Amino acid sequence: MFDDFFTRALVTGIGIAIITGPLGCLVIWRRLSYFGDTLAHSALLGVTLAYAFSLNIAFSVFVISAVIALLLLNLQKRTRLAGDSLLGLLAHSTLAIGLVLMGYLSSIRFDIMGLLFGDILSVTVEDIALVWIGGFIILVILYFIWKSLFSATVNFDLAFAEGMQPNVYNMIFTLLLAGVIALSIKMIGTLLITGLLIIPAAASRNITNNPKQMVFVAILIGILSVTIGLFTSLELNTSSGPSIIVIAIILFIISLIPLELRGKLQK
Amino acid sequence: MSSKNNLLVNLENAGVYKSPKWLIRGVSLEVRRGQIVTLIGPNGSGKTTTAKMVLSILEPDEGSMKRYTDKIAYVPQKINIDWTMPLRVVDFMRLTNNLNDNEVSESLNQTGVEKLFKEQIHGLSGGEFQRVLLARAIAKKPELLVLDEPVQGVDFNGEIDLYNIIKNISANLNCGILLVSHDLHFVMSATDHVVCLNGHICCSGKPSAIIKDKAYIELFGEHRSKTLTYYQHDHDHTHNSDGSVSN
Repeated sequence: MFDDFFTRALVTGIGIAIITGPLGCLVIWRRLSYFGDTLAHSALLGVTLAYAFSLNIAFSVFVISAVIALLLLNLQKRTRLAGDSLLGLLAHSTLAIGLVLMGYLSSIRFDIMGLLFGDILSVTVEDIALVWIGGFIILVILYFIWKSLFSATVNFDLAFAEGMQPNVYNMIFTLLLAGVIALSIKMIGTLLITGLLIIPAAASRNITNNPKQMVFVAILIGILSVTIGLFTSLELNTSSGPSIIVIAIILFIISLIPLELRGKLQK
Repeated sequence: MSSKNNLLVNLENAGVYKSPKWLIRGVSLEVRRGQIVTLIGPNGSGKTTTAKMVLSILEPDEGSMKRYTDKIAYVPQKINIDWTMPLRVVDFMRLTNNLNDNEVSESLNQTGVEKLFKEQIHGLSGGEFQRVLLARAIAKKPELLVLDEPVQGVDFNGEIDLYNIIKNISANLNCGILLVSHDLHFVMSATDHVVCLNGHICCSGKPSAIIKDKAYIELFGEHRSKTLTYYQHDHDHTHNSDGSVSN
């Protein structure tokens, strides 16, 4: 069934879209898009280390992302620099370290383009298993912590005062975010993963009116982007990651239409 | 002995330090079941800080806070909900508890905004939003309710309305209420205990005692403190059941 590389890519991509839907909503609600970007940049270092020590790529990227998230929390306590400055600092320092290390390991051939933009050709049956099992675990955890996470997203103090323990769950959320980046790096690439997190969620916001609806529509738009994007990339022989993102942004533009119309009707 | 069991929260000589100064210091207060305790004071006097200590959002840097209940509801002073999050009133009502539609309607009904059930939070007026905030807090059936300026942005009639609701909550739910308020009028007429803050406790006690306190008059100005508490006057006559006056 998964003999064909294209089927493998499709199944993996749909799996990823199902996870990025809800997490993407949380990312835009919490204004964390640049945080996602930082984790994705640091993923390059994770991949390099995976090659250097022959580790599983997803595992290595996950560990590095988690370390970066903890570093950020630590830095925030030590300095009064704004969050976006700290994120920029972490993103580009890890990217640079990753690239330097990569040069050092010249004996190994890196597919830089594949790393940055994703490569459908390289998706294996193990990748499918990883995405679907890993994704399932992420979604189950997310389901159980949703209420706490969501209430803390609306108002941290209120959630804290009413015993929702937002500190703990924010930490778990960060780890889940690291997890989804680790799972999708091969498919979509480090530079574009934030796009798959944010664009379907943003498009979904334009056409929905409650949180649950927004999550489900974000998943649908993600699946559509992946499916149409992959077919396009096959047809036009373009890279898979960018093709998926281009379709997502087209869907986003379409989602603006009902918003415009509603605005006009109200006038 | 039963009064001991009714104790919900107890601050003892508590203070919060935020470099380079103490936001509040030396606060001792108690809230008991069925009691409304009000914090008053000028801006920056530490009212919200004190409320946050009671909620354990802030830990006291000196002194202690002891709380004897976990059933808490909170109406924060400020709450901004970004447009990126689509949120209906009903979703907001279920933020920290699981309520069915009936329970949601019932609570919204209590604050007079049942018709807003399916409205987007972003479309509400300031007054409507305050009513929804209060409804959400009531719906939790808390033992301790902390209200940080719950009537801000509400028009005059609405204000009276909301304060009546607050009075009823403390009676119906038999919960303790810690109220942060600017409204000396309500404070003096309906509160059991007033704590007057200005970086520390200026004075505290029953409203009738407070208005005679020098520290209170100094803080709020003689004119304001008198005019706003005009109906704390002593009656020099009583009404008979038929309305006639007898001395």
